[in-house]
Amino acid sequence: MTNIAAAAAPSTIATAATPLTRLAKGFVNRLVIIIPYLWLLFFFLVPFIIVFKISLSQTAIAMPPYTPVLDFSDGVSGFFAGFRDLNFDNYTWLTQDALYFNAYVTSLIIAGISTILTLIVGYPIAYGMARAPAAIRPTLLMLVILPFWTSFLIRVYAWIGILKPEGLLNQVLLATGLISQPLVILNTYTAIFIGIVYSYLPFMVLPLYSSLEKMDYSLVEAAQDLGCPQTSAFWKITFPLSLPGVVAGCLLVFIPAVGEFVIPDLLGGSQTLMIGKTLWNEFFSNRDWPVSSAVAVILLLVLTIPIMFFQQAQAKAQEQGK
Amino acid sequence: MKSLGSIRRDFAPWNDPNAKPYIQFDKVTKKFGDFTAVNNLSLTIFEREFFALLGASGCGKSTLLRMLAGFEEPSAGRILLDGQDLRGIPPYKRPVNMMFQSYALFPHMTVEKNIAFGLKQEGMPGADIDKRVAEMLKLVKLEQFAKRKPHQLSGGQRQRVALARSVAKRPKVLLLDEPLGALDKKLREETQFELMDLQQELGLTFVVVTHDQEEAMTMADRIAIMDKGEVMQVATPAEIYEAPTSRFVAHFVGNVNMFEGKVAERTASATRITGATGAQIVVDNGSDAAAGSDIIFAIRPEKIKVSSKKPVDAVNALEGEVYDVAYLGDMTVYHIKLDDGQIVRASALNASRVTEDPLTWNDRAWVSFRPDAGVVLTR
Repeated sequence: MTNIAAAAAPSTIATAATPLTRLAKGFVNRLVIIIPYLWLLFFFLVPFIIVFKISLSQTAIAMPPYTPVLDFSDGVSGFFAGFRDLNFDNYTWLTQDALYFNAYVTSLIIAGISTILTLIVGYPIAYGMARAPAAIRPTLLMLVILPFWTSFLIRVYAWIGILKPEGLLNQVLLATGLISQPLVILNTYTAIFIGIVYSYLPFMVLPLYSSLEKMDYSLVEAAQDLGCPQTSAFWKITFPLSLPGVVAGCLLVFIPAVGEFVIPDLLGGSQTLMIGKTLWNEFFSNRDWPVSSAVAVILLLVLTIPIMFFQQAQAKAQEQGK
Repeated sequence: MKSLGSIRRDFAPWNDPNAKPYIQFDKVTKKFGDFTAVNNLSLTIFEREFFALLGASGCGKSTLLRMLAGFEEPSAGRILLDGQDLRGIPPYKRPVNMMFQSYALFPHMTVEKNIAFGLKQEGMPGADIDKRVAEMLKLVKLEQFAKRKPHQLSGGQRQRVALARSVAKRPKVLLLDEPLGALDKKLREETQFELMDLQQELGLTFVVVTHDQEEAMTMADRIAIMDKGEVMQVATPAEIYEAPTSRFVAHFVGNVNMFEGKVAERTASATRITGATGAQIVVDNGSDAAAGSDIIFAIRPEKIKVSSKKPVDAVNALEGEVYDVAYLGDMTVYHIKLDDGQIVRASALNASRVTEDPLTWNDRAWVSFRPDAGVVLTR
């Protein structure tokens, strides 16, 4: 069977392509896959290995500030001798000080709450955009992306001006007589939530919009026709069908929000405990590269493992659905 | 007995002055901005009727259906269902169900769940739902596909799921928006008969929107021909075909020959027409066009006989030349160019396998037809 196929194949293809052109074509096809892999190798895997190696090292008052420095100054044997000094002490250290554990948990909670808030704010926006007349949808889309044209840092700074006790928000509220005392928002968790929701809203709106926009509206009409009031039709039809967008949006907000540094630093004040800030302090204030590397590696694991499980579950569900 | 009645001989409530209309469109107008989709339209549909709305796209037929389903409210006028004014009643409270053109099956639910959806909304007990779903699956012959999702079905199967879902609640009226539009020709023809059987079996009132005249002719008890938001004629398929009341309808359904002319003379029984190009035609099918008025005489190709010699006893006979012949197997279509220049289309059924002396290009030929073969149109 295979022999026949093998014998028959070249004769049929021979007229279309010589083996050489086929080889070249195969190479081009492979190149297309190789490029992104090379990209990941150089810009993700190699830096990760370096960070991981540093996390296994010890602090030293030197340049760079850790030891051993794996290089070839003592020859190849020196390079391999360095491996003996690597250990997991920094990871043990992380478990001994409650600060790190608290920072991880607080970060996850803050990111989780912010993600839910962003979803609550973003869903109606995406829904409104998807149901808007087709002619104005590109404009609405543009408006969602527009904030990206200004520096992220400047936009977060601007919130200080809005939220501070004598800021815009309090001035307006005092002037309208809604409050008699200025609200303390800046340097609280509320300010962090506001900052994250504001900054990450487009990442939530865009995937939601794309999944809502391609949904056939006659499905909702069909549900209504079968006796389902409009709100109930939303929960039974529209929302389940937009779930891929919800999940994508939530991941896009949650993952960067966990490691967020700028927003808690600028809006959350000094007493907020988030892992991004802890990492920054370890790195720049304490100059403890190994510990901060360990913090970073753990953060990566905390984020990737659940995502991997999630993706596996999704692939399984998809297989069952097919 | 000469009749242009319904195919179901005993079903003709529209001829009964005491029959109670089931669905009534009463001077309904629907505007979308400046565009008038439905214009002051009145229409009556009876219980258990298979009613077709036929027209080109954009004629307002779908809007009419959507107003009945409750997705659109009329800008003016009333829609009554079984005597009840439907204004303000949301779609989910109307005793009508719709089968969507796209089928609108819920992609995240199995076939079973799709069919059960409406029943669950109704608050039907679980055991009854299971029973009804099983019944519906049997009805559309999809028992073994109950656990599949819509994307695992073929187009024809999806169509049947949509149908089962829309009749599961036993609605008073089933609305079908281009129900067979997405099927291929062969499947479409089969399904037409299935739909008719289903309608008989369930005893429902069907209102179907279609742009396919063959589909409407096959299935419907009565057809409403629509154009630009207005109803041009409502009648049985036979009446629509044999007795169109306007040029538009005559032209829209099937092939037709049209002679422009004037009524030359009217007697009690017959009307004599002088064609614009001189042809003399006598019609005795009860036209009431006044003498001297401009009219159009319309006649279907199969009502015209083509012969090589002048027919002896024909009342209407016109001479010409064979301009084109098309042999289609079951019939032959002739285009005869009359001596006054008009081209007449005539079709002859090939009832016998061989014809002696068949007509061919450029032969002299006579076209003849009976005085009751065509209709006089005044508009």
